[in-house]
Amino acid sequence: MPELLQFAFSGLTVGAVYALVALGFTLIYNASDVVNFAQGEFVMLGGMITVFLHLAGLPLPIAAVAAILITVLVGLALYAFAIDLARGSGAVQIIIITIGASIFLRGVAQVIFDKRFHALPAWFGSEPIRLGGAAILPQSLVVLAGAALIVALIFLMIDRTILGRAILATATNRLAARLVGIPVRRIVALSFALSAAIGAIAGLLVTPITLTSYDVGTLMALKGFAAAMLGGMGSAPGAIVGGVLLGLAESFGAGLISSKYKDAIAFLIILFTLFVRPQGLFGKRSTERV
Amino acid sequence: MERLLRNRWALVLALALVLAALPLVFPSNYYFRVAALVNIFALAAIGLNLLMGYAGQVSLGHAGFMGIGAYAVAIGASRFGLNGAVAMLAGAAIAGLLAFLVGRPILRLKGHYLAVATLGLGLLISMTLTNEAGWTGGPDGMAVPRLELFGLRLRGPDTWYMISAGALVLGVILALNLIESPTGRAMRAIHDSEIAARVVGVDVAAYKLKIFVISAIYASIAGSLMAFLNGHITPDGTAGFLRSVELVTMVVLGGLGSVLGAIVGAAMLVILPQALTIFHEYEHLLLGLIIMASMILLPRGVIPSLLARLRGGGA
Amino acid sequence: MSALLETENLSIAFGGITAVDQVSLAVSPGQIHSVIGPNGAGKTTLFNLISGLYQPSGGRVNLAGEEVTGLPPEQLARRGLSRSFQNLQIFFRMSAVENVMVGCHRHERTGILSHLLALPNVRAENRNSREIAMAQLARVGLADLAEKEAGSLSYGALKRLEIARALATEPRILLLDEPAAGCNAVETEEIDRVIHDVAKAGIAILLVEHDMRLVMRISDEITVLERGRKLVSGKPDAVREDPRVIAAYLGTFGSEEANRA
Ligand SMILES: Nc1ncnc2c1ncn2[C@@H]1O[C@H](COP(=O)(O)OP(=O)(O)OP(=O)(O)O)[C@@H](O)[C@H]1O
Ligand SMILES: [Mg+2]
Repeated sequence: MPELLQFAFSGLTVGAVYALVALGFTLIYNASDVVNFAQGEFVMLGGMITVFLHLAGLPLPIAAVAAILITVLVGLALYAFAIDLARGSGAVQIIIITIGASIFLRGVAQVIFDKRFHALPAWFGSEPIRLGGAAILPQSLVVLAGAALIVALIFLMIDRTILGRAILATATNRLAARLVGIPVRRIVALSFALSAAIGAIAGLLVTPITLTSYDVGTLMALKGFAAAMLGGMGSAPGAIVGGVLLGLAESFGAGLISSKYKDAIAFLIILFTLFVRPQGLFGKRSTERV
Repeated sequence: MERLLRNRWALVLALALVLAALPLVFPSNYYFRVAALVNIFALAAIGLNLLMGYAGQVSLGHAGFMGIGAYAVAIGASRFGLNGAVAMLAGAAIAGLLAFLVGRPILRLKGHYLAVATLGLGLLISMTLTNEAGWTGGPDGMAVPRLELFGLRLRGPDTWYMISAGALVLGVILALNLIESPTGRAMRAIHDSEIAARVVGVDVAAYKLKIFVISAIYASIAGSLMAFLNGHITPDGTAGFLRSVELVTMVVLGGLGSVLGAIVGAAMLVILPQALTIFHEYEHLLLGLIIMASMILLPRGVIPSLLARLRGGGA
Repeated sequence: MSALLETENLSIAFGGITAVDQVSLAVSPGQIHSVIGPNGAGKTTLFNLISGLYQPSGGRVNLAGEEVTGLPPEQLARRGLSRSFQNLQIFFRMSAVENVMVGCHRHERTGILSHLLALPNVRAENRNSREIAMAQLARVGLADLAEKEAGSLSYGALKRLEIARALATEPRILLLDEPAAGCNAVETEEIDRVIHDVAKAGIAILLVEHDMRLVMRISDEITVLERGRKLVSGKPDAVREDPRVIAAYLGTFGSEEANRA
C-alpha cells in the first residue's frame, strides 16, 4: 500500500510538470494553431539558466527570475524570427520549424553551458516527509503547489481580464477577432511569452528533483505534446488532466511493470486512448460538415 | 525543362545517368560513403513522400521502420545465421506487417492526433531497440556482419554506393509506377478530399493502410542498407525521433508530392551537415538553423518552387 | 415502376436541432426528383444521410430493395449511388481528367502489385479509364479542359467536373446538390441538358436546386422541406400552387424567388 502511495506522489509530481508543458502547448495552439515542439526547451532553459546564473554568484531567487525573463525573451524571439516569418505555411512546415528551433536551442545550450547534469538546491531542504508510509520530498509539494498556482492564475486571467477575453476571442475565431480590432499578432506573441514563462517556471521548480541538462527538453516536449493530445488538443483542462494522467501512468508503469519501459507504457496508453477516442479525452467530437 | 521534370522516364534515365557518372568524379571513399547515405535516405524519403506528399498522412515516427530494417540484418545475421539479403527481406516483411497491424487504428486519426500517434509508434520502436540490450546491444548498438552474396563479401563504401544507387533507381521506378496507377489516383484523391474519394467508391481506410505499409517497407529497406554501409548501428542513429524528423524534413524540403524532391531533400540534409562537421561543437545548433531556415525560405519545397518558377518564366 | 431509392422517416439531430425530421421519399429509375426548401431546411443534410456520410438517428434507406441505412459511402458507391457536393469537393492537385478517372475507381480491377510494376494490364486499364473519363468530360462539356489542373478551373467548370466524376462511377442513382449554384446562364443551360440526358439514360436523379425555373422545368416530382420536415410533395404544378409552399417561400425566401417560381 505505501508503495502505491509513493507511486501516486511521484506520478503527480512529474504529471504536474507535464501538465504545465501541455498547458503551454495549448496556449500557443489556441492562439495560433502552432504546435510548438520547442516548448520542452523552455523547461530546459528555465532550469539551466538558473543553475548557471546561480553558479556565477547570483542569489537563487534573482537567478530564477532572470531565467524566467530570459526564457520569455527566447519565446518572443522564436515567434518573431521563425513562426511569424512562416505565417501562412502549412501545419507540417510549422511543426518542422519548431522542432528545428528546439534542436537549435539545444545546440546553443550545449555550447553556452555544458553537457553535464546539474542540480539546484531544494527550496525547503531535502528531508523527506513521511506520510502513510510513503516518503515525499518537500520539493514535490513545491512543484504541486507551484503548478496549481500557475494553472489558477492562467484560468483567472483568461476568465477575468480583458486580455484573457482577447485571447479567448482569438482562439475561437481569428478572423472575427481581427475584425473587431483585437491585435491578433500581439496576442500570439503574448501566448509565446506566457508559454515560455510557464515552461521556465516548470523547469526551475522540478530541477531540484530531476536534475537538468542541455537535452532534457526533447522528451519533455514529446510528453507535453502527448499529454495535450491525450486531453484533447486545444482544451486547457484537458491539457492538465492529460499531463497528470501521463505522469501517473509513467510512475505506476515504472513501479509495477518495468522501469525500463516507463516511457513506452505512457505512449502505449496514449495510443490506446486515441484509438478509442480519436479526439482525446476532452476534445469535442464533431461531425465533419460538407 | 519543366517537361523533363514531369516526364517520369526522363527522370529515371537522368537519375540513373547521374548515379552512374558520379563515381568518375569521386576523389575518395569518403565521397562514396556520403553519396551512399544520400541514396539510402532518398529511398526512405521517397517512401515517406508517398504517404505524406501523395496520400497526405503525416508520420513523425517513420525512422522506427528504418530501425527495424537495420536491426533485422544485424540480428538476423548474427543471431540466426541468416544470409544478409534474406534478413533484409525478413526485416521488410516485419516492418510491413507491423505497419499493417497498427496502421488501421493509427490512420483513423487526423492532423495532430495522427502526428502524436505516429511519433509514439516511432518512440516505442526505438525504446524497444534500446531496452532489449540482450538482442540489440542496448543504446551503444551492435555490429552488423558483412553481407555475403554469391560467394562475394560485399564491403567498402564504393560497393554500397553501387548497391544503394540500384535500390534508389528501383525505388523511384516503383514509386512513379504507383503514382500513375489506380492506387496512385486513389491516394492523391484522398489527400485533396477524403469525402469525395469515398462517394466515388474509394475505400479510404484501406488505401491509407496500403500506402503506410509500402512506405514502411521503403524505410525498412533503407535501414537495412544503412546498417550494411555503416557496419555498426545504434537505436538513436537508425530509429530515433531525430531521424524521423530528418526524414520528414527531407520530404517537405524537397517538395511534398515530388519523387525528385525527396531525393533533393535527402541530398541537402545529408550533405549540408557533412560539410559542417568542421564546426563539430556547433553541430546541433547548425542543424537546427538549417532546418528552420529551409522551412521558412522554401515552405513549398525546392522542386515545386522550381517548377512554379519555370512555369512563371516560360509563360 | 418500383422505386430505386426510398427513405423512410429518415431523421438526424445536431445538438438541439432536428436537421432532418422523419423524411420519406422515393425515386425511380429515370425519374428526376427535386428537393427544395429555404436555406437551412435540411436538404444537404438529407443528402449526407442518404449517401452515408452521416449516420441517421432514425429511419431507414433502401436502395434497389435492400436496406442500406448507415452503410459507408464507398459501399454505397459500389451499389450504384454517387453524388456531387454543394461546397465543391474537388481533387485540386489532379488534372480534370484524373479527377474523373478517380470516378472509374470502382470498375478498376488490377491489384497494387501490378500497379507497382506497371504491368501491361495496368497500362491497359489506365487507358480504358482515361477513355471513359474523357467521354464523361465531353458529356458535361469539359473535354477541352481535360488536361488542366483542376485547381485552375472556373467555379462553373468545377461544378460540372463533379457531375462528370460522379457519372464515371456509372451510378444507378445520382444525388446532385445545387449543381447550378454560382453558374452563369450558359452553364446552367448546359447542366439542365446534362441532367435530362442522364435521366433519359435511366439513371434516377435526386436534385437539390435553388434555381426554381430549372427545378419546375425538369422535375418529375418535387419534395419541399422546411425546417427538416417534409412540407409537401407532388408534381411541379401541384407544388407550385400549394398555399403552404407559397407561404413558406414568402416567409423565408422573400418574394423574389417565389415570383421566379
Ligand atoms: N455537421 C453538422 N453539425 C451541426 N449542425 C449541422 C451539421 N450539418 C448541418 N447542420 C445544421 O442542419 C441544418 C440544415 O442544414 P443543411 O445544410 O442541410 O441545409 P440546406 O437545406 O442544405 O441549406 P442551404 O440551402 O443553405 O444549402 C442547419 O441548421 C445546419 O446548421
Ligand atoms: Mg445545402
